[in-house]
Amino acid sequence: MSKEKKEKGTISRRGFLKAAGGVTFAVAAYALLPKIPFGEDAQASGDLVEQTVTAWVRIDTEGKVTIYNPAAEMGQGSMTALPLILAEEMDANWDDVVIEQSPIEPAIYGSVMFSNSRRMITVGSRAVSGYFDSLRTAGAQVRKMLVNSAAKEMGVPAGELSTEPGTVLHKSSGRKMTFGEIAGIMKVPETPPAVSPSELKDPKDFRLIGRVDIPRHDIPSKCDGSAKFAIDVRLPNMVYAVIARSPVHGAKPKLTNESVVGGMKGVIKTVALGHGVGVIAETIEDALAAKAAVKIDWSGGDSKGYNSQEWMWARKYASVASDPSKAGRAEENKGNADQALASASKKYSADFYNDHVVHAQMEPLNAVVSVAADGKSAEVWAGSQAPDGARTAAAAVLGFPRENVKFNQMYLGGGFGRRSTADYVEEAAELAKHVKRPLKLIWTREDDITYGMMRPASLQRMEAGLDASGKVTAWKHTIVGTGGGLMTSGADTQFYTFENQRIERRDIEHGIRTKHWRAVGHGPNKFAIETFVDEIAHGEKKDPYKFRRELMANFPRAIKVLDTAAEMSGWGKASPEGRAKGMAFAERSGSLCAGVVEISLEDYKIRVHKIWCALDAGIVVQPDNVKAQSEGSMLMALSTILHESITYKDGAVEQSNFDDYHLIRIDDTPELIDIKLIPSTEHPSGVGEAALPFMGGAVSNAVFALTGTRLRHMPFTRERVKATLEKSA
Amino acid sequence: MPEISLNVNGEKMSVDADPSTPLLWILREKLGLTGPKFSCGIAVCGACMVHVDGKTVPSCNTPVSEVLGTEITTIEGLSENGDHPVQKAWIEEQVPQCGYCQSGQIMRAAELLANKPNPNRQEIFDHMKRVLCRCATYYRIVKAIEKAAKDGES
Ligand code: FES
Ligand code: FES
Repeated sequence: MSKEKKEKGTISRRGFLKAAGGVTFAVAAYALLPKIPFGEDAQASGDLVEQTVTAWVRIDTEGKVTIYNPAAEMGQGSMTALPLILAEEMDANWDDVVIEQSPIEPAIYGSVMFSNSRRMITVGSRAVSGYFDSLRTAGAQVRKMLVNSAAKEMGVPAGELSTEPGTVLHKSSGRKMTFGEIAGIMKVPETPPAVSPSELKDPKDFRLIGRVDIPRHDIPSKCDGSAKFAIDVRLPNMVYAVIARSPVHGAKPKLTNESVVGGMKGVIKTVALGHGVGVIAETIEDALAAKAAVKIDWSGGDSKGYNSQEWMWARKYASVASDPSKAGRAEENKGNADQALASASKKYSADFYNDHVVHAQMEPLNAVVSVAADGKSAEVWAGSQAPDGARTAAAAVLGFPRENVKFNQMYLGGGFGRRSTADYVEEAAELAKHVKRPLKLIWTREDDITYGMMRPASLQRMEAGLDASGKVTAWKHTIVGTGGGLMTSGADTQFYTFENQRIERRDIEHGIRTKHWRAVGHGPNKFAIETFVDEIAHGEKKDPYKFRRELMANFPRAIKVLDTAAEMSGWGKASPEGRAKGMAFAERSGSLCAGVVEISLEDYKIRVHKIWCALDAGIVVQPDNVKAQSEGSMLMALSTILHESITYKDGAVEQSNFDDYHLIRIDDTPELIDIKLIPSTEHPSGVGEAALPFMGGAVSNAVFALTGTRLRHMPFTRERVKATLEKSA
Repeated sequence: MPEISLNVNGEKMSVDADPSTPLLWILREKLGLTGPKFSCGIAVCGACMVHVDGKTVPSCNTPVSEVLGTEITTIEGLSENGDHPVQKAWIEEQVPQCGYCQSGQIMRAAELLANKPNPNRQEIFDHMKRVLCRCATYYRIVKAIEKAAKDGES
């Protein structure tokens, strides 16, 4: 690391305070501003290449420890897990810890994720894995400063001191100082002490990480109505806005009854936007009534002509997959899959499909924007997975420098990937320019669904070739659909080894909006891979569990996960009459997950009775929350497997609300969800999505075990199951 | 606009509003009771559930004129200190994820247990089916209801 780079990455104490939003400290409170020089060790290990400041702790003389949470809280529990990591190394007493949302300053609170730059973006289940090292270091650094100050005060060498939660001890003399006492006397050094990785705790000494009895910080407020989401923000003199959006993506609006709408009760203004017409009114009900009354002529549209079901049912995707002139982008090309396939002694192939699904997070998109009276600055309230990007985007719309926009991060009523785009914040900022009052923009559920950003619908063509000994020598996976890279995550088989492997993507442009949806491409891809693996196993008269084990022979960690799930489920033992089991394995965001489901059919409706799931996510910070995330992931997966389907007709979404876009409801809850977390000392990996991708394969494999028929097109609605079974009968 | 008097969480409140206005908007935007949530607006998701004379109704499509003279309870008024047995069970089982649906879930569960102190799984399903949870916290919802029922027995 060059000297110059180091300087640049360091934020001086004064600069830090300013950047952090000028937080003032109560009398007798003390600020610890840990500067974290990532030492040569960290750099040498290759994780981090930039030196910067990442965390912030305040201790007052009463011993209260305030720790900032830098991640978006959307139900995944990061606002508890991240401060807990810091508190662990600091040896804070958890009962003394107060958690606050950090300011939106990525230079300080960002984590290194995709490139070498620091970003504040909560996506891809990366919060804990991305912040783990830096928050541990930050905590250890605070601990060191506390110990050094206590040493000075007691007049003993720092090496003779140890810590217990909230206290520094001098064992031989029995003297001790609480963190609060130290805060009263300590001087924060200009340069904080360096902490090398070897000074961090041995995981076996963790007191907080891994505890099952530490509840989530946000939960009580979510049980009494006091948790505040952006949609709950009310400001004096606030106006309300809704937008009539183009039914066909990209169509241009022309409002034809402006005078009628403008004269309606409470309507303040209509605003022409590129993609629709905004209505600003005194109350939300006035705004909604006006929206219902607008008459708009739409012209053009990027997605015009797109009929999603034709591409699947009329086999248009399939013909693209079969057309050698349409060869696409190779995502993986190992050995020579085509040659190996041609010379294989046995071949398998199958096509799999998935419909579009939409995020449909329960809190509709919304944002509140208030422009200051002098027109020079603004404040924004929103729940965002990418608050820094949203802040910058709002500033750009308003024509301010970024510093002039204060962004208040709120609880997110669901994210799932939808809230990492700032479109709803930009819309609110745009409309706020037209009134000199604070403005709350609310998307209706109809907006959310008809103007949604979809998980791509796709075809997965799977082909495999086996040699005479039954070994898979060729593996080809061709993905066809719209959405580019969103379709390919999870197509790689990290833990199955194939000598010759080709993964190829063939893009078709439908002109619709697509987006990351929880676990992104892993849902569709793992469904196809895991069903296909099952299919080959049955074809080869092998137990699908044993067959997977052979494929993952090089990966003991994966085998352990698979074995655990098999054992938990009593794999190999017969299920009760009318039921059958299916198994699948999938990795996601660094975590390994295997699961078995037991299902039955009730008048063609798939009923999942039991799910057994083994998860290796490295060190687990909050085990109960990881289980909660896994339960939610499995049932959200089940929602897409049994129910969810967005279809397009002539470029417009055919569904509009929860009456025709069906989500899983409570009556699909299995009687048992048993989750085992594999003990590990590996670096933590993602848990917000890890248990989602295996479900599609597990359910379809169970249906095969029960009926002998393969389901190849998600969702497996009652109608589709009936049609498929009747056809094969 | 007419002045409308409402009895919410044991207090008399009055607002200026058109009688056809959905109760949800009155509660949230006029009275600042933001516990009940907007999500579908057409009575199919249950995020906006409140008790009207002890029965859950979706406030998003209930005109305020229909609840005059009734006792309206929102999640904010369900208990004094957030310690209704259902709320306690919800915290113990760590039910909420994003939390957005949870006041609807809790109001609905409180109604269930008031009428059926010991529901079986099917009865829980039948009753709670009205309230969607996108985070799919259903497994814990079931456990929390069963826990609250059990705690109510002793
Ligand atoms: S918002 Fe009232 S039921 Fe959905
Ligand atoms: S907890 Fe998120 S919608 Fe239910």
